[in-house]
Amino acid sequence: MKRVKKIAAYLFLTVASVISVFPLYWMISAATNNSTDVLGGRLLPGLHLIENYKELILQQNVGRSFGNSMFYSCTLSLLSLLVCSIAGYGFEVYHDKRKDTVMSILLLAMMVPFAATLIPLFKLFTGLGLQSTWIAYILPTISTPFLIMLFRQSTRTFPREIIEAARIDGLSEIKIFAKLYFPTMKSTYAAAMTVTFMNAWNNYLWPKVIMMSADSQTMPMMVANLSAGYSIDYGVLMLGVLICSLPTGILFLILQRSFTNGILGAVKG
Amino acid sequence: MRTSGRTSKRLTINQKYSLTGWGFLAPAAILICVMNFYPMIQALVLSFQTGIGNNLQFGGLSNYARLLKDPVFRTALVNNFVYLIIQVPIMLILALILASVLNIKDLKGKGIFRTAIFLPCCTSLVSYAIIFKTLFSYDGYVNTVLMNLGLISERVNWLSQEGSAKVIIILALIWRWTGYNMVFYLAGLQNIDDSLYEAAKIDGANAIQSFFKITVPMLKPTILLTTIMSTNGTLQLFDESVNLTGGGPANSTLTMSHYIYKASFEYNPQFGYAAAMSYVIFILVAILAFVQMKVGDKR
Repeated sequence: MKRVKKIAAYLFLTVASVISVFPLYWMISAATNNSTDVLGGRLLPGLHLIENYKELILQQNVGRSFGNSMFYSCTLSLLSLLVCSIAGYGFEVYHDKRKDTVMSILLLAMMVPFAATLIPLFKLFTGLGLQSTWIAYILPTISTPFLIMLFRQSTRTFPREIIEAARIDGLSEIKIFAKLYFPTMKSTYAAAMTVTFMNAWNNYLWPKVIMMSADSQTMPMMVANLSAGYSIDYGVLMLGVLICSLPTGILFLILQRSFTNGILGAVKG
Repeated sequence: MRTSGRTSKRLTINQKYSLTGWGFLAPAAILICVMNFYPMIQALVLSFQTGIGNNLQFGGLSNYARLLKDPVFRTALVNNFVYLIIQVPIMLILALILASVLNIKDLKGKGIFRTAIFLPCCTSLVSYAIIFKTLFSYDGYVNTVLMNLGLISERVNWLSQEGSAKVIIILALIWRWTGYNMVFYLAGLQNIDDSLYEAAKIDGANAIQSFFKITVPMLKPTILLTTIMSTNGTLQLFDESVNLTGGGPANSTLTMSHYIYKASFEYNPQFGYAAAMSYVIFILVAILAFVQMKVGDKR
């Protein structure tokens, strides 16, 4: 009986894994085939990767879009981690009644749908002449209640004695944060980095509205443009999708372990 | 005067720490106020104004009155709720089952399964929408396979029929988000003591009983968190509606956010009307989160 259960568990997990991975495998293999083979249902990788790439860079400015996305996402993630981690730390370590109230007010921002702030933000940034700039891309999402909460919860696992001891040793408050807290909380930072970078990279509605110039186009915008044409070359399209998915995929595979641990720290609190 | 000035300058150590705390959280708090709360208030003001582009005048509740009569908005609202009611429960239950199976003690290769199931979350929303659009297109892979297997006699236009287009969006959403929610449950499961399950086993409980009597109650906070996040996300769906189906056929997959985008940036810009629609989403999100928290507290 126990064996039957185990086999059932394996079977279930295998089916779920195959369903999860198949569309991705299909996308990768399609990126190496020409359009006719893709439509013909060919599943094996082909020899048209380089051909597809040449066609892709002919149709779209891939280097520019990729570079833009990379720059916006890295800047946004780094600033976001800095601003939100120090805030989460501040809320937990120096907490008192008034700060707790401020925290619960900030949490309300989680319920604010982006569509509601879209038009005022659009007017604000175009009014300042900041459309199509990296500032417009990153500013609205640097500070998020989700990240502040993640860091606040995780700070609970950071021993208070360390802070007390460091204060006796004469370390300033900002140094305690930078030199003791930051290196200790690596897995929280890794989890936050994964989530923030993915959101930053995949962001679509806001860039679609505010990044108007062709020079400021991001990868998701480029891929959406590729698929909007009338005669679509599916090999080229899937290569675009593949390139768009690589950075987030690689980041996740690298940070996977710390990602799970970081979420664990947040759910525990 | 002088003495009081001096004492107010010299802060006690606790006041100093408190001030440091305010300093630490100020940048984040100010950004949220300027980028979330302030635009929210502006949107409310805007929702009482009518007109095209920046040529706006006060219109009272006319935008909200127009909402009630707008059949496209009603369709979009219903679509969002269809996604919410069908997709969210299926996805969360599936994620919970997957997490509990992955939590079985002596199972090998868990890491590989976990990675595989999470992998869809690495694709951008635009990317996976396009992958699904291509797979289910008229000359796409799904039709080819079904034809070869003899299950259909001629190619089906999945994305241009109302029912099947909705089903495909739901399937795509489940595919993309189940692994993400599973990670939260896996994290939550690590906090449940194994001895609870062992004690239940000794008392003669089977796997299904311990799932409902131990796993579900112990994971309640996590289940609540994922439910609120998913509800919020579903009511704000945009990328899938734009890139998978374009909202069609005949608006049958159009979401509220997509309609707001269209009203603001595709037709003659009607910012006031769009702002009124966005307030409907906001109120729905707030009400549902409140209800879910109340229900979550009771059980």
